[in-house]
Amino acid sequence: MRFVLKTDYHHDVDIFRDRVQLGWYAALIIFVLSLPIFWGTYLESQLTLVFLWSIAGAGLMILVGYTGLISLGHAAFLSVGAYTHAIFLDLGVPPFTSIPLAMLLCSALGVIVSIAALRMTGIYLAIATLAFAMIVEKILKNWSSVTGGNTGFKVASPELFGWELNSTLYYYVCLLVLMVVMLCVTNLLRAPTGRTFLAVRDSEISAQATGINLIKTKTLAFAVSAALTGLAGALLAHQMHYLFPDSFNLFTSIKLLMLVIIGGLGSMWGVIFGAIFMTLLPDLIATLREWLPDFIGNLPGLEPFTFGLILILFLIFEPQGISGRWQKIRLFIGQFPLYRKRTFRRQKSFLRTERVH
Amino acid sequence: MFEVSELSKHFGGVAAVDNVSFSVDKGEIFSIMGPNGAGKTTVLNLISRFYDVDVGTIRFAGQDITRVSPHEIASIGIARTFQNIELFERETVLQNLLIAHYIHRQTNVLSDFLFLPHVRRQEVKFRKEAEDIIDLLHLQRYREQRIHALPFGVRKLVELARALCLKPKLLLLDEPSSGLNPEETEDLSFWIEDINKDLGITILMVEHDMNLIGHLSNRVLALSSGRSIALGTPIEVKDHPDVIRAYLGT
Repeated sequence: MRFVLKTDYHHDVDIFRDRVQLGWYAALIIFVLSLPIFWGTYLESQLTLVFLWSIAGAGLMILVGYTGLISLGHAAFLSVGAYTHAIFLDLGVPPFTSIPLAMLLCSALGVIVSIAALRMTGIYLAIATLAFAMIVEKILKNWSSVTGGNTGFKVASPELFGWELNSTLYYYVCLLVLMVVMLCVTNLLRAPTGRTFLAVRDSEISAQATGINLIKTKTLAFAVSAALTGLAGALLAHQMHYLFPDSFNLFTSIKLLMLVIIGGLGSMWGVIFGAIFMTLLPDLIATLREWLPDFIGNLPGLEPFTFGLILILFLIFEPQGISGRWQKIRLFIGQFPLYRKRTFRRQKSFLRTERVH
Repeated sequence: MFEVSELSKHFGGVAAVDNVSFSVDKGEIFSIMGPNGAGKTTVLNLISRFYDVDVGTIRFAGQDITRVSPHEIASIGIARTFQNIELFERETVLQNLLIAHYIHRQTNVLSDFLFLPHVRRQEVKFRKEAEDIIDLLHLQRYREQRIHALPFGVRKLVELARALCLKPKLLLLDEPSSGLNPEETEDLSFWIEDINKDLGITILMVEHDMNLIGHLSNRVLALSSGRSIALGTPIEVKDHPDVIRAYLGT
């Protein structure tokens, strides 16, 4: 295990712990950059999907993992982002304008949803956001003069400065956007604004006592979250070629929520782990179908069943998700053979103040 | 400096606080004592605006703060601790202290997103100020530990440290010694004295421990069933017949 001697307060502010960690990240980026050279187009498009789900997951992670608010309606932000971007492209607006416009519209919707969120928590908030997603889906279905309704909406192929992007270039664009998003979110979380999210998640009472405006913080979390998910939606539109009102439905929202829970709440790496897992799982299930005996392999509900089973197993055995498991493995290797299981056991907490609720 | 006049709060038919008035002078340590259910904590919750005041006014540094929002209290210069501890449990001690620097920020959301140079300068400044508080309360060895892994006594100190990070003019302590052993209580009394003398912070505390009150306070207010029954120096209040009756019955 390495110990880092901190000699300056800048060390506590920096993103990377030391040069060694910076080196690992650089190696990872070079590896991901070189992947399209070795891999076929199928894996390339799957990885592009991983990047896009990571961006959407980063949006939801801010809300669920860092601010402690739940949303079952994030598919709505995906579809609003996708439709807005596609419609503006169709009108001849360049992508550098249409994507920010899509993000702006999504964050405006996020602010509207947050008005409900300010009065609700837990299951009630989940239902409210679910209702919001239903409303958006109905609007997209019935406003056919703009969205094309059930016949779908064709998305223009991705272009940059007049150059059409092929799938490899699009892979790089998505990777770049993901890296910028990750940097921005990490920045936010190490600055005063991001810390207010953590404060609201852990104790609303203390947050108020330390001068944090709950209304402002929750509204901001919803706005940022919706904008990032809208960005992912806009980029996803190009991958889907055709948009339908139910392209992003309740199952998409649940998948997004699963992504952040299985990845690990409260960790940006968790978003990426979760996105990889959720993108590769359908492939894995498809492969499994061939191996399993016919009467199980041909069952139509096998995929949702496996998704549900895995979510339940994670909630019971590893509530910290893949990123929590990864931390434990790293510590196990770092401290070998001195690792103790107890390290991560949570101490029973004492009574929280009940007198001011 | 701080003044509460004719404060009342009812919960249903129960008068939790009934026509209580007192004032705290600058630099003073003022204690509120009383048996269980006397309304001591309710007074603190009224001051920090977690409860709405039914009748009466609260004034601080010449400003009427009876109707301000709970989150504005900290920027006005009043910090508090809680009896049963309200910390940001999943964060480290350091992170808890940094969260409390929020009200001193000079940056906005956009500059935070981009982490512009002045955000970094501000972060380093906050980090240094948090370290000063850590030094003051000897919390160095717990700096990087998460709250849920810490013993109760240390959590109480962290809460005190967090309140100090707000750089308050008035500090409200809700039973600072509850849950501490005699040794920890003694340490705490020295720290409270230091905070009062060296940092010049006025202290208003709710306390049960008569030793601690007698040792620290300039003046004491005794409450019983929401009414104030005695106000004066610790010795005067301790020997007041109404106070003895409230504690021991008639």
